[in-house]
Amino acid sequence: MNATSLDKSEPPLLRVSGLTKHFPTSRSLLGRRAGAVRAVDGIDLTVGAGQSLGLVGESGCGKSTTGRLITRLLEPGAGTIEYRGRDITHASRRQLAPIRAQIQMIFQDPYSSLNPRQTIGTILRAPLDVNDIDPPGGRDRRIEELLATVGLNPEHRNRFPHEFSGGQRQRIGIARALAAGPSLIVADEPVSALDVSIQAQVINLLEELRRDLGIAFVFIAHDLAVVRHFCDRVVVMYLGRVVESADRESLYERAHHPYTQALLSAVPGATGPDGTRLERIRLSGDVPSPIDPPSGCRFRTRCHKAQDVCAMVEPPLTAVAGGPGHEVACHFPEPVKVGSAKIPAPAAPAQPSRTS
Amino acid sequence: MTPPLLAVRDLRVRFATEGGVVKAVDGVSFDVERGRTLGIVGESGSGKSVTNLTLLGLHNPARTTIEGSAVLDGTELVGAPERTLRDLRGQRVSMVFQDPLTALSPYFTVGAQIVETYRRHTGAGRREAKARAVEMLDRVGIPQPERRAREYPHQFSGGMRQRAMIAMALVCDPDLLIADEPTTALDVTVQAQILDLLAELQEQLGTAIILVTHDLGVVADVADDVLVMYAGRAVEFGPVAEVLDTPRHPYTRGLLASVPRLSDALDRPLQPVPGSPPSLLDPPSGCAFHPRCAHAVDGPEAPCRTVLPLLTRAQAASGGSGHAAACHLEAAPGTAAPTDLQGATP
Ligand SMILES: Nc1ncnc2c1ncn2[C@@H]1O[C@H](COP(=O)(O)OP(=O)(O)OP(=O)(O)O)[C@@H](O)[C@H]1O
Ligand SMILES: Nc1ncnc2c1ncn2[C@@H]1O[C@H](COP(=O)(O)OP(=O)(O)O)[C@@H](O)[C@H]1O
Ligand code: SF4
Ligand code: SF4
Ligand SMILES: [Mg+2]
Ligand SMILES: [Mg+2]
Repeated sequence: MNATSLDKSEPPLLRVSGLTKHFPTSRSLLGRRAGAVRAVDGIDLTVGAGQSLGLVGESGCGKSTTGRLITRLLEPGAGTIEYRGRDITHASRRQLAPIRAQIQMIFQDPYSSLNPRQTIGTILRAPLDVNDIDPPGGRDRRIEELLATVGLNPEHRNRFPHEFSGGQRQRIGIARALAAGPSLIVADEPVSALDVSIQAQVINLLEELRRDLGIAFVFIAHDLAVVRHFCDRVVVMYLGRVVESADRESLYERAHHPYTQALLSAVPGATGPDGTRLERIRLSGDVPSPIDPPSGCRFRTRCHKAQDVCAMVEPPLTAVAGGPGHEVACHFPEPVKVGSAKIPAPAAPAQPSRTS
Repeated sequence: MTPPLLAVRDLRVRFATEGGVVKAVDGVSFDVERGRTLGIVGESGSGKSVTNLTLLGLHNPARTTIEGSAVLDGTELVGAPERTLRDLRGQRVSMVFQDPLTALSPYFTVGAQIVETYRRHTGAGRREAKARAVEMLDRVGIPQPERRAREYPHQFSGGMRQRAMIAMALVCDPDLLIADEPTTALDVTVQAQILDLLAELQEQLGTAIILVTHDLGVVADVADDVLVMYAGRAVEFGPVAEVLDTPRHPYTRGLLASVPRLSDALDRPLQPVPGSPPSLLDPPSGCAFHPRCAHAVDGPEAPCRTVLPLLTRAQAASGGSGHAAACHLEAAPGTAAPTDLQGATP
C-alpha cells in the first residue's frame, strides 16, 4: 500500500485542511433565527497520486458537499484545498483553468447527469474543447478511444443518452471524466443507482483506470463493502466532521469509533466469524439536524458509550495504535472487529468453459 | 400438510403500452408459509413490484391482463371482484412501500390515518381506534406515541415515517405483510433498525412477510425462503441458506459472485455478470438469461436459445427441500450432450 510511502518532500496530489461549507438557511419562519446548515465543518484529507480514498457516512453527513468543494463546483467557506502543493481554495476560473482538466467528477445519477439532447460524441467532445486539448490523432480519434476504454462501441458516438442502459450511461459519464486526462477523479456514489449485476462491471472498470492510468480517486459511497474493495484509505464522516480515518485494513479490522462500528455491524448479512449472528451495535434514532448539531461530540445522542464529558468537550481527531495514520475522534476509543458477511463466498470462480 | 397461506401459480401480468405488450410477469409460481418471510430478489424491472401489486389487485384493469392463480387462505385473488379485494387489503394483506411519503397523506395526522384504516376494517369506535393507533405507534418504537400521533408525516424523519407505515400496515393484524424495498431509501443504520423491528413484530404477531429487495445481504439476514426473479420469471426458489450456499441457477451464482462483502479476501476480484438486463418488450428467446449466461449452450438450435426452462426441483441431492431452479443444465444434472436436454422440457 502506497498510503504511507508518500515522499515527505513532495506535496501530495490533494491536501485539504479545515475545509468548511455552511449553507445559510434562508427562511426564518415564525421568527426563528436564521441559521446555517453546517454541511462540512472543518475536515482534513490527503490523497496521494494513484491513491483511492473512500468517503463514507450516512446521508446528509457532507460527503457530496466535500466532493463538490474539492472539484470547486462549490465555493469553500473556510479552510484550504491544495492541489500538488498549489493553493486552489479560492482560485478564479482563469487561475483554475490549467488544473480543471486534472480534477474531474463522476456523478451518482447516470440519467440526469448527461444532457439528453446531445449525442455521446458531443458530450465527450466538450471537455476537450473547454480545456483546449488537441490529442495526437485528433479529437474524433480520442472520442473513439475513450468509448473503447470504457467498454462501449465507438460507433455509439452518434447516439443519444436515452438509447443506453443505466450501466452504459455511467460508462459514458466515466468516459467524459477521462476525456481531459485527469489525475484525480471525485466519484460521488458512482454505482449506487445501478443494478447489482451491473455495479461490479463499473467498479472493475474504475479499478482498471486506477491501475492502468494511475488516476487517484476520492470515492464517495455508503456501501462499506464496496469501499473496502476499492479504497486503500477510508474516512468516516458524521454531521460534517471526520470521526475516523485509517488505512483500509486498519479500519475494517480495528474500527475504534462507536459510529464506525455501528456502520459496520449494520451492513446487511454481517455475522461473526463462526457464521452466527453478531451481537450488533444498534443505533437509536436518526442523524440529528446539521443546523443545530449536538454539543461536544456530535455523535453522543446516538452513542451507547456516551459519558458526561462527551456533551462538553468535542473529541479531537487523535492518532491511535492501529495502523499507520489511524485517527479517531472519540474520548473512549476501543478497537472492535465487526463480523464478516453471512453470504458465503462463491465456491469456484464463475468462469466456466462454454459448452459449445 | 396444511396448505400454504399464499399459493401463487403461473402468474402472468401483461401491460399494453405504446411500444407494445410488456410481459412484466411471465409465469411465476411460489408459496408463502404462515409466519415465515419470503425474500424476493432481482434487478430493477424484473417484475418484483408488479407481482406484489397484482396480489393486492392494484393494477389498472383497462391496460392490464392478468392470468394464473394466487390463492390466499382459500380465496382466489386473480379475477376477484374489486369489493373482495378492497376488503382484503389492509385487513388480511397489507403493504409497506419504499417511500412512505407516497403512501401517507400529507393532510391528515399520522394518528388519524391509522385510526381511519382501523375503523374501516373493524368498525371499531373512535375512542377504541385511537387507543389502538397509539398502541401500534408505541409498538413500532416511536417515542411519545400519543404526541407523535397528532403530528403530520412531514414532521417525521425517514425512519420514523417507515415505522409509522409499518404501524398502519399491521394495525388490523393482517396474515400477510408485503414490504416492497422498505429500507432502500433509508440509511444503513436505520435500515438495520427497521429490519430488526419487522423480525420482532413477526415473532410477536405471526405475520407472514414478503420482502422485496435487491440486496442479498438483507435476504440473508431476514428471509426464510427466497425467490430469485429475472425478466419476469422465477429462476430460483428455495430455503435461504440453501439458495445462498448452493445456488443452482447461473444468474443467482452470478449475482453472488458480483457483490463485494466484508468477509472477502482483500484482493478478491469481483466477477460481474456481463451484459445488461433484457428488455421486456422483446425478451430473448428460450431462457431469457442466455445472452448473459456463461453456461449457455451455443448454437441456433440449442435449448438455451429455443426452449423455456421450467422451474424444476432438484433430485435426491436436496432431500426434497423445495429448492428449485429454472435452467436446462439443472433439469438433467450431469446428463449427456446438450441436445439430449431438448426433450427434457415440454
Ligand atoms: N403500469 C405499467 N405499465 C407498463 N409497464 C409497466 C407498468 N408497471 C410496471 N411496468 C413494467 O414492468 C416491468 C416490471 O416492473 P416492476 O416495477 O415490477 O420491476 P421491479 O423489479 O420491481 O423494479 P424496481 O426494482 O425498479 O422497482 C418493468 O419493465 C416495468 O417497466
Ligand atoms: N445547496 C444547498 N443548500 C442548503 N443545504 C444544502 C445544500 N447542499 C447540501 N445541503 C445540506 O448539506 C448537508 C450535507 O449534504 P450532502 O453533502 O449533499 O450530503 P451527502 O453526504 O448525503 O452527500 C445536508 O444536510 C444537505 O441538506
Ligand atoms: S466521544 Fe463519547 S459520545 Fe462521542 S463517540 Fe466517543 S464515547 Fe461516544
Ligand atoms: S438455461 Fe441455459 S442460458 Fe439459461 S441459465 Fe441455464 S445454462 Fe444459462
Ligand atoms: Mg450525496
Ligand atoms: Mg420495484
